[in-house]
Amino acid sequence: MHVEQISIFIENKSGRLAEVTRILGEAGVNIRALSLADTSDFGILRLIVNDREKAKTFLKEKGFTVSKTDVVAVEVPDRPGGLSSILQTLDREKINVEYMYAFVERCGENAVIIFRFDETDKAIKALLANGFNVLEGERLYSM
Amino acid sequence: MMFNEEFETLPRQALEALQLKRLQLMLERVYANVPFYRTAFDGAGIRPADIGSLQDLQRLPFTTKQNMRDSYPYGLFASPLEEIVRIHASSGTTGKPTVVGYTHRDIEMWSELMARSLAAAGANRGDIIHNAYGYGLFTGGLGAHYGAERLGASVIPISGGNTKRQIMIMQDFGSTILTCTPSYALFMAEEARSEGIDFRDLKLRVGIFGAEPWSEAMRTELEVKLNITALDIYGLSEIMGPGVAQECFQGKSGLHIWEDHFIPEIINPVTCEVMPEGTKGELVITTITKQGIPLVRYRTRDITSITYEPCVCGRTHARIARLSGRSDDMIIIRGVNVFPSQIESILVGIEGVEPHYMLIIDRQDNLDTLEVQVEVDEHLFSDEVKVLQTLSLKIEKTIKEVLGVTSKVKLVEPRTIQRSEGKATRVIDKRKLL
Repeated sequence: MHVEQISIFIENKSGRLAEVTRILGEAGVNIRALSLADTSDFGILRLIVNDREKAKTFLKEKGFTVSKTDVVAVEVPDRPGGLSSILQTLDREKINVEYMYAFVERCGENAVIIFRFDETDKAIKALLANGFNVLEGERLYSM
Repeated sequence: MMFNEEFETLPRQALEALQLKRLQLMLERVYANVPFYRTAFDGAGIRPADIGSLQDLQRLPFTTKQNMRDSYPYGLFASPLEEIVRIHASSGTTGKPTVVGYTHRDIEMWSELMARSLAAAGANRGDIIHNAYGYGLFTGGLGAHYGAERLGASVIPISGGNTKRQIMIMQDFGSTILTCTPSYALFMAEEARSEGIDFRDLKLRVGIFGAEPWSEAMRTELEVKLNITALDIYGLSEIMGPGVAQECFQGKSGLHIWEDHFIPEIINPVTCEVMPEGTKGELVITTITKQGIPLVRYRTRDITSITYEPCVCGRTHARIARLSGRSDDMIIIRGVNVFPSQIESILVGIEGVEPHYMLIIDRQDNLDTLEVQVEVDEHLFSDEVKVLQTLSLKIEKTIKEVLGVTSKVKLVEPRTIQRSEGKATRVIDKRKLL
């Protein structure tokens, strides 16, 4: 149920994001979802792509620092209070969200949210027990 | 006015005779009391009695900062600790400082030489000396302080920092002489201006600046902005502290090195050959009167030249030129000595950091800034911002704790720091000094 995300360290200077997307484009890698965390000095670009290995190889070749992180993709009812119901469950179970971002595409009538938890397995268990739909990685990569 | 006219104007012949006598006594003493020197002299096949002229000094081995480090803390002391009344230290390259000890007589000698230096800069008994050098292990504060008291001037032991209060006191107490680093003096000038204070309304007339390299351009700037005469002072804790050499206000061209206590030489830092008068090279100093930790041919790593030309002020002591650099990689940031290897060992010590780093030194608003660029490799990388920020803060905190210098850590992408063949370039100094 884990989804593999790749994270890239980028300095906060012009053209770096363009460089990453250019490399991925030339490698024929499709970005499924992304989030950018930034500070005044640097940023961390987090991506879900259709071909992780290829993305990693090409970026590393160009000198980028790349790492893999396990995240969790959860379907969220696309209506007011949809996300809130998930977060309330996590709060009850005392599971900490390190960060989260929305998936680009919808899954039927639902939106997809990507979560990074401090305790991934515990989070998956809690979400499933509370009736939420946690998506398989393979399904996401090819969505 | 000269503080000790008799000795400051001693004819060269008499001065050199005095140097030789003092040198011989000192060599006998270190040979008897310091195992390091006994071994070094024996290794070179020289006994103190073989030194029959000042020329013979060249036959003796050098002493380096590394020797001092290896003898940490008291190994090079020539006096028992019962006779040591003061201990100072300066930063070393491996986190261990270089330690020096002073006997009561050493403090007396230092005070006199600092008093001579202040007098050479035009200070006298009626002056109010605003001493903004740091007080502590660093020799600057206490060195200048004792010299000012010996001279009979009124000394304000304000130390560094709290610039607004410094300016208020300078105004209210009527400070006439300022002693501090040149960059701090410029910083004060800017602060005063932003407070609407004009230095022309102050009684300040002379600034005695040292502990970091500066230039003729900075002299002009200091003289205009502070409405003073700006003079250069030289010193280092290994040899004594501030007051080893001082520019006189009459000549304003080179710093008189007090030759009745120190023998200066200029060597080629690569071949170690002694260079003729006027040639640029590394300054080597032998202390001939110091008791606590006398040093034989200490390699200062400071680049300068020496002249024995008579000076307009009447002093017969040789002059060294304004320092123009270092023969090692030491950098001076806000008066603090920093070696890149110190930063390197801090980085290695922090888990996960591979030392691909670069130090960028700059001067903003007249204060030195240190930026430490560290490459983020996979080992170090986290996809959580807070982890990377914690890392930066930890490095900054450790540098502050170990070196006493405030820095800004900047995490950079791999391979962005320039690799050079052979010796890596670890420092970019953007300060425009010369």
